[in-house]
Amino acid sequence: MSITKAGTWVEIQQVVLSPAERAPSVPEDTKKVPYVMRVSGFLLEDAQLGQTTRIKTIIGRELEGELITVNPHYAHSFGNIVPEILTIGTDEEAL
Amino acid sequence: MTQRDNSYAAVMARKNEIMKTSTGIDYNTYAQGAIAFDYEKMMADTGYTHEEIARIQSETKVGNTPLYELRNLTAAVRRISPPGKGATILLKDEAANASGSFKARRASVSVFEAAQKGYKGVIAATSGNYGAAVASQAVQRGLKCIVIQEVYDSRGVGQPEIIEKGRKCEAYGAEVIKLTVGPELFYIHLLTLEQTGFFNSSLYTPFAVKGVETLGIEIAHQVQKRYDRKPDAVIVTHAGGGNLTGTARGLLAAGCADTRVVACSVDLSGLHMASDTDFNKKSFTTGHTGFGIPFATWPDRADVPRNAARSLRYMDEYQLVTQGEVFYVTELLTKLEGIERGPAGNTSLTAAIAMARQMDEDQIVVVQETEYTGAGKHHNSQLSFARENGIEVRRGDPSENVPGKSIVIPEHLSQVMGRPQDMTQLRQSYLKNAAKQLPVASWSEADVQFLAEDLNTVPEWIRSQMVSMTGEKKKGELYDR
Repeated sequence: MSITKAGTWVEIQQVVLSPAERAPSVPEDTKKVPYVMRVSGFLLEDAQLGQTTRIKTIIGRELEGELITVNPHYAHSFGNIVPEILTIGTDEEAL
Repeated sequence: MTQRDNSYAAVMARKNEIMKTSTGIDYNTYAQGAIAFDYEKMMADTGYTHEEIARIQSETKVGNTPLYELRNLTAAVRRISPPGKGATILLKDEAANASGSFKARRASVSVFEAAQKGYKGVIAATSGNYGAAVASQAVQRGLKCIVIQEVYDSRGVGQPEIIEKGRKCEAYGAEVIKLTVGPELFYIHLLTLEQTGFFNSSLYTPFAVKGVETLGIEIAHQVQKRYDRKPDAVIVTHAGGGNLTGTARGLLAAGCADTRVVACSVDLSGLHMASDTDFNKKSFTTGHTGFGIPFATWPDRADVPRNAARSLRYMDEYQLVTQGEVFYVTELLTKLEGIERGPAGNTSLTAAIAMARQMDEDQIVVVQETEYTGAGKHHNSQLSFARENGIEVRRGDPSENVPGKSIVIPEHLSQVMGRPQDMTQLRQSYLKNAAKQLPVASWSEADVQFLAEDLNTVPEWIRSQMVSMTGEKKKGELYDR
């Protein structure tokens, strides 16, 4: 597996609470899954995906977790076309 | 040095101590009984006048936002209203604040206070807009910022709107802690406050709510100047209660005692807010009943011991609207008024349309906020995501909306109706929650006075409810279990 170099922008994941440790108030479906946290930062040491490693966040905090993404990016968009809303407010739909 | 116990139970047990250190407020000094506390003293002790707040806000690109008359939308509403009906609809364009929403007001005083007191950074736990606001204010005041956000379900999937709000926080240089679904966010919040020594820039401190008061004041002055009258109704998108509380306090400070303050939320009844599987079945991430009802009926469920956002003190009415109605109105705003704004801010516009139809032509209804829009934070993104997650999207009668199952977008403006929430029910629900803190039989005179103020009613009504509550309790023991 390839090594990611120290200094690369990455995302780590940490299991904060196992299903057994979850708050008493959470509903049944939520109680079945762990409570998980993800944070992005600069990798502090060479590491492989899946390995426990350390990062320095953008404000300089050092955090530990499992390396899950290298160069994480945003890909959210305006979504697929929703034809139902196209004609709202046009001559097609007189008000 | 001994190692601190950072287990869930141990950190939660240190809650009060962490809050005191991270807000600089000793909430115990305001207690007047098990339930009662001196709300106005807590607000006054922030020490900021409205002039000072306006100055602080002007330094960081907050406030003095435009108030627009929605001429085409008002005309459209008049065409479907009875003769003589159809109030003028005004829109306060809060998207013009730094970070793109009214939340900049809420963050501004808080972050200023943190800087004054010498904190190195600020932390906010939030679904989004507020995080971006705190991050934007922090960067302008030279402070570090951490935003703690509920983003993903257990599959690692997040709604496009939440992803976008997280992106915006990171854009302003904040560290964003992205969490899966669950109320344990509060545990991470406390732990991070303790580990960093940063200021708790909570949505619910007096600083946050004071910051919103300028919004109410500006509305009063702008309407007075342009129309030579006071607004008849101001509609506020309602979730945690700070928007409504701050705006209403500002209106009162500006002499608008007769202006109706109307809350509005998207009706998401039936969906559980802490459910991993329900999380991505809703198409609104805030401004919905999942926050609006619980926070109205028990404000002190917040991340500070005493919530400065106490909506029932100021709420005259509460309108519920469906997701489909808000998406319809969002599209209509774009096509008729030539401005694109985010769906959550348009929740109150939806209620304003429903209300304007009942109001006289010479009356004025103000929609008190908008929010920015863009990829992810857009009704098309949300509708597309809903469809991908198995939600039925169609045109039709919006009363057929079933949260988590279908989004029915109106076919005509006349179908935008909303529906009123029973206010008495809300007040009774609040009293039941109060009874969980302290049995009704033990409520002191100070508690009764406080409850009357907190519910915008009279002590006699509280006492009559106490009689029926204790009577019912004997019959069915409804309240203490």
